[in-house]
Amino acid sequence: MMGATLARPLLSVENLAVHIRTDAGPARILDDVTLAVPKGGSLGVVGESGCGKSTLLRAILGILPGGATVPKGAVLFEGRDILADRGASARGRIGFIPQDPYLSLNPVFRAGDQILEVMRRHAPGSRRDHKEKLVELFRAVQLPDPGGALAKYPHQFSGGQRQRLLIAAALSCEPSLVVADEPTTALDVTTQREILAVLRQLIAERGLSLLFVTHDFGVLATVCDQVAVLYSGRVAETGPTRAVLDAPLHPYARMLLACHPDRATDLLGIPGTVPAATAQPPGCRFHPRCPQIHSGCPIEVPPMLPVGEARAVACPWHGEAARG
Amino acid sequence: MARYVLRRVLLALPALFGLVLLTFVLTRVIPGDPAAALAGDSATPAQIAEIRVKYGLDRPILEQALVHIRQVLTGDFGRSIFSGRPVTEEIAQRLPATLELTFAALFLATVIGIPLGLVAALNHNGPVDQLVRLLSVGGLAIASFWLALMLQLVFAMDLDILPLRGRVDVDLGLPPTVTGLATIDSLLAGRFDQFRDAIWHLVLPAVTLCLPGLASIARFTRSGMLEALQKDFVLYARAAGYGSFRLYTIYVLRNAVTATVTQIGLLFGALISGAVAVEAIYDWPGLGTYAVQAIVTADYKALLAVTLVVGVVYAVVNVLVDLAQALIDPRVAEDVR
Repeated sequence: MMGATLARPLLSVENLAVHIRTDAGPARILDDVTLAVPKGGSLGVVGESGCGKSTLLRAILGILPGGATVPKGAVLFEGRDILADRGASARGRIGFIPQDPYLSLNPVFRAGDQILEVMRRHAPGSRRDHKEKLVELFRAVQLPDPGGALAKYPHQFSGGQRQRLLIAAALSCEPSLVVADEPTTALDVTTQREILAVLRQLIAERGLSLLFVTHDFGVLATVCDQVAVLYSGRVAETGPTRAVLDAPLHPYARMLLACHPDRATDLLGIPGTVPAATAQPPGCRFHPRCPQIHSGCPIEVPPMLPVGEARAVACPWHGEAARG
Repeated sequence: MARYVLRRVLLALPALFGLVLLTFVLTRVIPGDPAAALAGDSATPAQIAEIRVKYGLDRPILEQALVHIRQVLTGDFGRSIFSGRPVTEEIAQRLPATLELTFAALFLATVIGIPLGLVAALNHNGPVDQLVRLLSVGGLAIASFWLALMLQLVFAMDLDILPLRGRVDVDLGLPPTVTGLATIDSLLAGRFDQFRDAIWHLVLPAVTLCLPGLASIARFTRSGMLEALQKDFVLYARAAGYGSFRLYTIYVLRNAVTATVTQIGLLFGALISGAVAVEAIYDWPGLGTYAVQAIVTADYKALLAVTLVVGVVYAVVNVLVDLAQALIDPRVAEDVR
């Protein structure tokens, strides 16, 4: 699957299920999710709000909320299961770029000090080394006045600058994998482009792997070579970005793509909403919203079916759907 | 920053001036004729009139006010009607004792209250949280005079490990005055026996006085922490790999204590007024006992001076609190241009 069978993937999520206790019973946020980020590769995870993207990220980063349980599955990073130690052994090796640059830095500490604190714990070298390296990184992310930036507080930077800071922070401990959570949604469009360009360039230069979570296919296409479409806690479809975007196989992926304003002939949207995590429908979770529903859909959970060399889809009717 | 501090100080001045006027007016509208009180019970109307002239009480109220303001600005509060000694001198003698007690109580309330609130927030709704809640409700609900008596009964009478009352042991006496605070002066003089004695005498009154403050500091810290813990930057810091001890004790707490610091400033006023009862019970030679005496003897000069001094201390503390706020959160000094 995904052409990564030769080399062992850098990060692999295997049959991961995450449940969260709620008053209405356990919410099955993730259910049997399998993904892999190959060394030097980039995987985009795409889906609507509520599909489990954030929980997937939190599982990988070892910051699952209280009340979350992992009934099965594993998250392997560099060959080790990092679920067991809540990501402790991967700290510094996985760089994280959060969604909201305005809220992700502590307002009462200097931005530089916040990054230096992480370096102190997870990067070798003295504080002076760290400072030098950070200024270099600030330069690399094209932050204006890289030297002066160390002494500034978060509110003294613009949104785009803060996201550059956070990219620098993610790279500060020389990670092998960068995990980004919709890093551009809080920014305006022109800034988005610049930030993505910086990110792409740094990832390529340093030969890093990337896990990029987004709801925006347009952004995805510019950053990722592989894509996984998530729906209601399950993987609906995986494959090379180009192929999936050009000819999505899963009915959900097709409808989601049709919603994208760049592609939509008429904006229809997808009828219905992502089911609540406490009340998921049996069988294929998309069946209540699916235009091509068959009698088996509400009963059997569709397995991932390989399609060609590099693709897979969780819909036995995908051939018909693609034709239809 | 300098600009912010200057602004805070300048803003405190009109408040103090208002206080000077208000105290003057208050002493004149409250019932009771100071001249009659001065003259004593058996005085004839002629004697009372004489005293009235002597102390300028027969002058027009506006003139009395102007005289009062001029005196206050030069630090001259006149002579006590009760003792005949200069009020400034008497207060200078009493104020350090009260400040020492208040600072000790505030110190205890802060160093115990903040960690308690922190631990409670990290154990949100857990047993520790419930315990802290019980403690803070209790701390606010227990009357200080009752607590003072109970502590005296247990620690001074039954166990006999702490002094019952007073500020120093009569045999040891006070160290030479530098700051007026017995604990610091004894250290400056190198007299550790006196230092120990000063601390020993401080324990019970300070514990009594600190309890309500401790309770509210713990509560404010707890709610500040709970709010701060919800912030995205906490999640981000955890993902980035902050150590959890440092994360909660320094990183999040600094965000959480801004409300607490404001509360500490407000508490200071409550502590000084609370000191009145506590000082009376422990026979602490501070401003509180002085104020009680001034009220009882209708010594309006002394009363006025006490009110003003407390007001000034309160204003100074609140400027310090504003300063602390700006040091904790750099945005504070910039927002208030």
